[in-house]
Parts: sequence; structure tokens; C-alpha cells
Amino acid sequence: MNKLYEKYIKKESLPNLFCPGCGNGIIQIAAMDAMEKLNCKDDVACVSGIGCSSWIPCYYKLDVIHSMHGRALAFAEGLKLARPDKKILVFTGDGDCMAIGGNHLLHAAQRNIDLTVVMVNNYIYGMTGGQKSPTTPIGAKTKTSPFGCIDEPMNACKLVMSLGASYVARWTTAHPVQLAKAIAEGMDHKGFSFIEVLSQCPVQAGKNVWGEKEPAKIMAKYKEVTYLYKLGSNDPTGAMAEKNAEGKIPIGLFKNDENAQEYLERVEAKLAESGIAR
Amino acid sequence: MAAKESKLNEVVLQGNEACAKGALYAGCRFFAGYPITPSTEIIEMMSGEMQKAGGAFIQMEDEIGSACAIIGARWGGSKAMTATSGPGYTLMQEAIGFAAVTETPIVIVNVQRGGPSTGQPTLSSQQDVYQARYGSHGDYEIIVLAPSSVQEMYDFTVRAFELAEQYRTPVILLADEVVGHMREKIVIKDGSKNIKSVKQQYVVSPQADFFKGEFTTVEGQLHDEQGRRIGHIANKSGEFIYNINKKITDNIDGIADITTYCMEDADVAIVAYGSVARPALNAVKHARGVKDDRIAPKFKIVKDLMTRGIQKTIKTDYSHLKVGLVKINSVWPIPEDLLRQATERVDTVIVPEMNVGKYCREVERVLKDKKVIPMSKCGGDIHTPIEILDKILEVTGIEEEVDINE
Repeated sequence: MNKLYEKYIKKESLPNLFCPGCGNGIIQIAAMDAMEKLNCKDDVACVSGIGCSSWIPCYYKLDVIHSMHGRALAFAEGLKLARPDKKILVFTGDGDCMAIGGNHLLHAAQRNIDLTVVMVNNYIYGMTGGQKSPTTPIGAKTKTSPFGCIDEPMNACKLVMSLGASYVARWTTAHPVQLAKAIAEGMDHKGFSFIEVLSQCPVQAGKNVWGEKEPAKIMAKYKEVTYLYKLGSNDPTGAMAEKNAEGKIPIGLFKNDENAQEYLERVEAKLAESGIAR
Repeated sequence: MAAKESKLNEVVLQGNEACAKGALYAGCRFFAGYPITPSTEIIEMMSGEMQKAGGAFIQMEDEIGSACAIIGARWGGSKAMTATSGPGYTLMQEAIGFAAVTETPIVIVNVQRGGPSTGQPTLSSQQDVYQARYGSHGDYEIIVLAPSSVQEMYDFTVRAFELAEQYRTPVILLADEVVGHMREKIVIKDGSKNIKSVKQQYVVSPQADFFKGEFTTVEGQLHDEQGRRIGHIANKSGEFIYNINKKITDNIDGIADITTYCMEDADVAIVAYGSVARPALNAVKHARGVKDDRIAPKFKIVKDLMTRGIQKTIKTDYSHLKVGLVKINSVWPIPEDLLRQATERVDTVIVPEMNVGKYCREVERVLKDKKVIPMSKCGGDIHTPIEILDKILEVTGIEEEVDINE
């Protein structure tokens, strides 16, 4: 075990239950890097929902709520309101966050409540064996779309940006350094920070979604199908687009609004305005 | 809706307001909720009072989110509560099971309305008495208290927080529209009660509140002492399930609570809970000749007989009925021993309920050797004392004695 692992991973919780080649390990390390960078381990608690990616924090030497399917954000909001001085890091997946948990995502983003959300998008329901998720690409054959998926995939970053989320970024497991930096920035940011990670599920999504089972090759594909969006540039496509003219998915930092008032700041301001001493 | 406070801390409050006041007194410092009739006054009062008390309030996007938020807040160290009614309570069920398995002390208030489905938003019922016990999937035990007055809305809310912390379990305050909306003079206490939390001792350790450096894992899957999943191991999982149930069933003595009235020499017992215990008590007082200005039985007798088409002013004499009341305060787990002891000398037990007759089945199971008579009333009206007395006349087979006046 290297030093970072010793500091952050509960040895007795190993081995983890991730499949070989899963992107969760990369994301787990990226978040460890981010906490190390901020030197904030003692002030962090994690909340996750249900699904493969929601197991990521369960191996950390941290306080963790491995909550219910779709409800991670609701648990996290309660925890944050009880302990406004602490950083709450949420791990969720595409189905957990946008399908069953969609309502909580809308409202947490709209509130701009100070949480950092890492949404692992593997384009599939992996744990249940490969059924379509809200992000499954159109045409992809899955266990519940045997003739090909007919729904346009949902764009989580676009959704939360259109609401009140004040820090929004998208990276892939092929960009672990940038991902760690984004998680650190998100945790440092006061407000709703949303980081989508395009991840590989070689077992359930590999062949049917990407035509490729090799994890390394799926990751190489992520580099091919994405392009770096530069915040503040005159990118004609914009961060909210699904794809640019060349058919590539934007990645990078999409939004970083330092001036947006956070939920608890607004609560306290209103109480002060009403003359309520706390 | 400001309460008129007097020197003695006697206030006139609505049941829902008393519940909110009780929670604040019990040290509740987090409330998440979603408005729903007939519980809305609780969230309304909490939206102002909670923040004035230095706590946190959030109006969530739905009821399951509210239940989840209070669990999150409790792990953050704040005593937490939510309040709802029928459909919202149904929506919370998954979170109640999660709280049971993770041994999270929370309080959930269900101000019952008529169901099923949207049902009767503005009228009362006791139709959720089984859902309160069996609502979430899987095998778990839960504590449910049923208040029957505004004072009990206050006292039982405080008690709910005590029990939640003591047994590390969700506790349900099963109120209903009648007690939620009625106004009564009650006595409330100043300040805040210091309810101590019990560190996890039954199933899982370390289970400290967060940020104490103990790396607590709150895990919905069946888990071991370190919070590691054991859901795939049959023998360990079985042990977990038995332990989580035994935690409540082995401690019934500390949880069970009933109130008896005139049971010392009773021949017939009324077993009631929640608001129905009010007309039941009224019936006992009437039969026993207890003067109580609030019950006005004569008027009710006349009215009752009038509706049956009887022209003459007739007074039915119930004074020969030796009726007593057993009021169940802790509905779940059912206080079996106390119920048996209290009804030792009676042969007949009447169970009036504002549902199709649910809890009477449990009473029947506990009191196998007695004649247990359900007295169901659905539709939103509460039983009248006279209805209860008439039922007793009917089932005891004692002929109705009538006095024809004038």
C-alpha cells in the first residue's frame, strides 16, 4: 500500500467489489488526491446512493452514508445543514443521480447548496446487469433496449448549469489529473459543485455501448470523442451543447461562478435581515 | 396563530403546534418537510421557530427527500424530525427502513387522514396503524406512539425523541386529524430537555456521530460492526435481522405505555388509541356517572335517538354498565403484558377504531381468551360516546333499559 492509500483506505474493507477494468478506482484515487491537495480529510464526510459508483466512498477512512437509491443528495443536504462547517462529498451514478434521484438533483442544484457531487457516468445500469440508463446513447442495445435505445441521452451538466449549480465540470477517467483538480476546486468552491466523470464499464456497457470491451481502449475512445472546452473562450458550441460540429463531447470546466450566493448564505442573510439572532 | 401564554406556562395550542413545540423542547434542531394536509401547521411553525431556536429548517422537494434529509442531519449530530400525512408517509417508507437498519434515531409524525390514495385530505382516520408498523419492506421493529390530546401531542413528541435516542431507532408519532387540529389548554415547559444519546450498543459499532474521527459507515445493506456489508453472508445476515428486531422486542417493558380508567371493577373494557380514546373515555365517564361539563351526554343521547327516528325524548340508562378504558399510548410494539394485566377481570373487550378494524386483530391475538369486538368506523367521523355505549349494550346482551320521560 502506498502512503496515500494507507491514509485514505480502510484496509479491512478490501478487496473492493469493482470489476476488473472499472473506472471507479481511478475516480476513487482522484478524490483522494483532491482531499490531499486541500489537506481537508478531517473535515470531509461522504454520501453516496446506490449503484456501482456509490461504493467508491465506502472504502475511505471517512464518515460515510451509503444511502438509498437516488437519495444521496437529500441525505447530503441534511448533513450539510447540520454541519455547515464541513465539506460533503457526494458520489453518485448516472441512473442514481438523474433517473430515480432526478428531483433531488434539480432542487439541490437550484438551491446552490454547498455540496460537491461527483457523478460517475458509465452510460449503463451496471450493478443490475446492463440495462439502459438516462445517459445510454441512442441506438445502444442493452438488456432493456434490445432493439436499440430510443431516447436521447440526458445531459447532466447542461441540466444543473441551467439551474443554480455554480461550479460545473466534465472530465473522463482518461483525465485523472484534471479530474482530481476539478474535485479539489469543487470542494473548495462555496456552492453546488457538479463534476461529471465519463467512466468505463467494460463488463456491462463496453461491448453494447462502445463496441469495445477493453478498458484501456474505451478510455482511449474517451480521448477521441471529447474535446477540451475552454471557459471564457469564444467556443461557438458552448459547454451546454451535447457535441460540437465535429461530433465531439465537450469536457473541461464549464462554469465557475464565485459570486453566486450559496443556500446557507442566503438563509443566514434572510434571518439577519429579519432581525433573528442566531 | 400565536399562543396566549400565561404565567404557569399554560397555553392554548392546536395539536400540530403542540407537536412542534414539544420537538423544540426535546432538543430537535433540524426539520425537513413537505406541506401536506392535515399536518401542514407543523412545518409552518417549524419554518420560523426552528431557525429562531438556532436550528436548521428546509422545505424539501418531496417527502422521501425530507425523511432522508433528517437521517443525514441526525448523523451530523442534530436531533431531527419530519411531519407528514397519508400519501407523504407512504413515500417515506423506504427511508424508515433505512433508519431502522442503520439505527438512526429520528422522529416522524404522521397526522393521519382518510385513505387510501389521496383519500380524504381534511378528515381523520386511523387507517395507517398497520403501515406505521409494517410500512417499509423487510423485517424490522419500530416504536409508534399515538397521542389522543393536545397535551399528549406535546408530551409524546418529547417521549418520541427520548425513545429514538435510547433505542437508536426511528419513532413514529401516529397522530390524526382530530388531535392535530383541535385546540386545548396544555402545560408546556420552558427551555430545552437534555436527551442523551445512547452510543450504538445493539448491532453495529462504532456508530458515533460524524466528524469524531471514528470513520462511521452508515450502511443500508446488512452490515457488521465495521459497517462492512454482510448481505451476501446468510448466517451473519440472519443474526443481524434477529438482533435489530430483538433490540425493540426485548425492551418492551421500557417502551410499553398504557393508561387505564375505571378498570379496577370493570366488566367490559374499551381498548382505544389516538383520538378515539376521547369518546371512549367520555363513554366510560358517562356510564360511571362522572360529572364532566365537556361531555354533554344528554344532548347527544337525544340527538342520537332523534336520528333513529324515535319521537319521544328518551334517555337510555347506561349506568348499570361497568365499563373501563384501556388507552394504548405505545401502539407498537403492542404492550402485550400491560394489556393482559389491565383486562384481567373482563370478558369482553370493545375496540373502536377509525378504520375497517385493524388493531382489534392484534388485541384479539393478545387476549385470546376474551371476546374481542371490533367497532369500525370509516368515513372521517369519530365515534360518539353513545355509539360506543350502545355497542356495549348490544354485545353484552344486557337489555336496553329505557326511561320514558314525560
